[in-house]
Parts: sequence; C-alpha cells; structure tokens
Amino acid sequence: MAGSNPNAKPMNLTLKVWRQKNRATAGQVVDYNVRDISPDMSFLEMLDVLNEDLLRKGDDPVAFDHDCREGICGSCNLFINGRAHGPESGTTTCQLHMRKFSDGDTIVIEPWRANSFPVNKDLSVDRSAFDRIIQAGGYVSVNTGGAPDGNEIPVPKEIADRAFEAATCIGCGACVAACKNASAMLFVSAKVSQLALLPQGHAERATRVENMVAQMDKEGFGACTNIGSCAAECPVGISLENIATLNREFLAAKASSNNLS
Amino acid sequence: MSWISKTFSSSIGRKIIMAATGLFLCSFLVVHLAGNFQLFKNDGGLAFNAYSEFMSHNTVIRILEIGLVLGFGFHIYEGLTLTAKNRSARGVGYVSDHIEQNSPWHARSMAMLGSIVLFFLIVHLYNFFGTLRFGEPVKDSMGNENAYGLVVDAFRNPLYVALYVVAQAALLYHLLHGFQSAFQTLGLTHRKYTPLIKFVGVVFSLVVCAGFAAMPIYFYFFK
Ligand code: FES
Repeated sequence: MAGSNPNAKPMNLTLKVWRQKNRATAGQVVDYNVRDISPDMSFLEMLDVLNEDLLRKGDDPVAFDHDCREGICGSCNLFINGRAHGPESGTTTCQLHMRKFSDGDTIVIEPWRANSFPVNKDLSVDRSAFDRIIQAGGYVSVNTGGAPDGNEIPVPKEIADRAFEAATCIGCGACVAACKNASAMLFVSAKVSQLALLPQGHAERATRVENMVAQMDKEGFGACTNIGSCAAECPVGISLENIATLNREFLAAKASSNNLS
Repeated sequence: MSWISKTFSSSIGRKIIMAATGLFLCSFLVVHLAGNFQLFKNDGGLAFNAYSEFMSHNTVIRILEIGLVLGFGFHIYEGLTLTAKNRSARGVGYVSDHIEQNSPWHARSMAMLGSIVLFFLIVHLYNFFGTLRFGEPVKDSMGNENAYGLVVDAFRNPLYVALYVVAQAALLYHLLHGFQSAFQTLGLTHRKYTPLIKFVGVVFSLVVCAGFAAMPIYFYFFK
C-alpha cells in the first residue's frame, strides 16, 4: 500500500454529518472524529469506519445509500464540502478517495437537497421522483415477437455514440443537488436525447417528452437557468447540450403532437 | 386552447418565454442605442429632438410600443415568479455550499442583476419617458419637444450618472449570460454556430452597455 502511494500516512479527520431520524423530524449537523483513515480508502469506506465506531459505542450508525461502489449504479449520493460527490469532478462518491483530503481536515457531509428528494434518514434521500419520471416515458415499448436482426435498423456510428453518451446517466441526482434551482433537466434531457437519437425511440418520441416533462414539473423540480452546475458536477459528464435537445424536442412535440390537452 | 396554455405554463414553456422575450428586448436595445447616438451630435440636440418627436408620435411606433410593453411585462413577470419557484424547489438549504466552484457568478445572479436593471428602468422612465409623454416639456428652435434638454439636466446630477452607469454594468452581466442562454433554451445549439453565438453575445453585451454608459459620462464631464 505504501509502495503505491508515498503519502499514504493515516489521517485524522473531523466530520460534520447531517443527522436526521426520519422525514418528519428536523435534522442537525453532528460532529464526529475519525482516526487512522488510510488515504487509499474510498469515501464510503471512511464512513464505514465511522459507523463501526458508532456501533461499538452503541450509537445509531449514519444512514447513507450505496450499492455497487464502483461508480455505475448511481446509488451513492453525498454532498461533500459544498459539492455534489465532493471536490473531484467526474466522480461518484464511492469513487472519491480519501487521498483527496488532508490530515486534520474538516469535512461537511450532507444529503442531496431538493423538495422532490425528501430525506429518509441522515444522508439517505428518496429519489423515487426520478423513477416516476422514467415511468412517464423514459422507455421504448417493444411488442413481443421474434428478435429483430441487430443490423436491420441502421444507426450511424456518430449517432450511436451520442446516444450512448446520453445513456451513461446513472440517475444519481447530482444534477439536482448541485443546481441552485434544484432542476432535474439534465437528468430528463439525457434520457430524452438518448431515445430521440435512436430509431427505436422515434415511435413514442413526442408523447415521451411531453409526459416526462409533465411528470418532472409535477414532482416540483425547478426550471433550468443554464448556469451549468449540473454538467460540471455530473459524475459521467452528461453535457448541457442535452438540455437544448430536450427543449427542442419539447417544443416540436407540443407544436406537432395530436395531444390536445 | 388548453394545450397552448399548458405548454407555456410548463417549466420549459416558461423558460422559452424568458428566452424569446429576452432576445426581443435585445433587439429593442439596438434600436434604442442607435437612436440615442444622436445625442453625441454637436447640434444642441436638434437631431435628437426630432428623432424623439418622431418616436413618440408616429402611429406605427406607438403600436410597436405595445409589443415592447408586453415583452418587458412577460420577461419581468416570468423572471420574478420563476425565481421564486426555483428558490423554493431546494427546500432546506445546504450548510456548506460551494456552488461558486462549478458555475459563473453572473449566471447565478440573473434575478439580482435583472432587478437592478428593473429599478433603473423605472427611474429612467420617470426621468424621460414620463416627462416627455405626460409632462409639458419646453420646445426647441424647430418646435420639437426638447428631449435633449432633459438629458442634459438629468446628467448634471451625479446620483443619476452613478445609477445609470451601475445599471449598465448590471445589464452587461445580465446579457453576458442571457444572450447565449436564450439560444440554449430555445434549443438553438449547433456545433458550428454555438461558438459564434457565444462570441456575438459577448461583443453585443459589451458594445451595447458601453454605448449606453458613455452617455451619462459624456454629459456629466463634457457638457
Ligand atoms: S455506489 Fe454505485 S455508483 Fe456509487
């Protein structure tokens, strides 16, 4: 370990962690000290150390979401020192390493903040608003039958690449957390762009964007003001261009769809 | 017509209103600035007064004026109500928030910058438009209302000069974000044209605001 990182000296840190019993109660910041943290640990492993400490003392461990711990599932979501997923750009919380911090640092750890993401407990928030937006139209309906030949529908490489870039969204919600308007437009735009680019998405193109935007508004997310915090904090680099695509798709759908309501 | 009202009351629809009215108001800035350059003509204001007389009495201009009032009205109303809605979407705020590390200050301050411009606009309308339209201004040697005289008088007051210059600085930052942001909101982005739009936005903002700011400064110091 020391061979891979010459500065791998254990660190002592002060953590200011948001603690909140449940949705109904108010929360507050509680200070903790963690000792002997290896710089090679991930941020979540550091929190595991804190929780083991708390359990040993008979205290309630800090609740936080995580699953894959390898940056692909989008479960982990912490607002660290005033930034979504911490100070490193292009990184999920689980991929953030303690070597980005220094011995003696104070680290403020908060949950995502948005009315549409209520806090379940401590650092864990309810992001089912995202699920409901996807359910409103973020899919392609496929009737059963024989599987079509993969090469039957030609998709130019450039289009496929752009669709794939948009498809890399892991739905972590950092865009909402970072945006001063708690807007979900980067998230929604990634799915709308991805499916609008591909021929399979064209059948439901207009209703998809209408329904997804309607659900997004119903969930109470704010409106985008193009400040760019979302794209800057996105762990997978979804670009603002997708939001322009979303707006274009929305206008075109509203102007041309048969939906009168 | 419920699909129309639904479209324009959705979050994206309201952004589109902001963007479209914003760009429309940009076109007004160009016309206003171009006309005002006649203030720099060394004729004791005769050309400017004639222009001002035309602008306030021509029927076509008066009809267009209604569009202008609507443009301002929608932009201001949507701006204020969207800002309030966006603020409340956060709910509980962050204890530690370093948003300055991921976005430019002026882009986050559009409502504040816009409010400064709005305050200026009210004072400005009171200074000139109100007096010309509803007061009884003196006439110049050509028999036109002496708008030029009003300008000279107003810009003797250092407070007005300061307010006008500060407001142009606020407008500058408002436009630096707003111009290119409007194209983004309208979905008008393209690999070929977006860099050009951004460049034109910067030049436009600088030229318009410097042009307007030059007027109070010129009159205060040189007239
Ligand atoms: S835990 Fe899966 S992305 Fe972090």
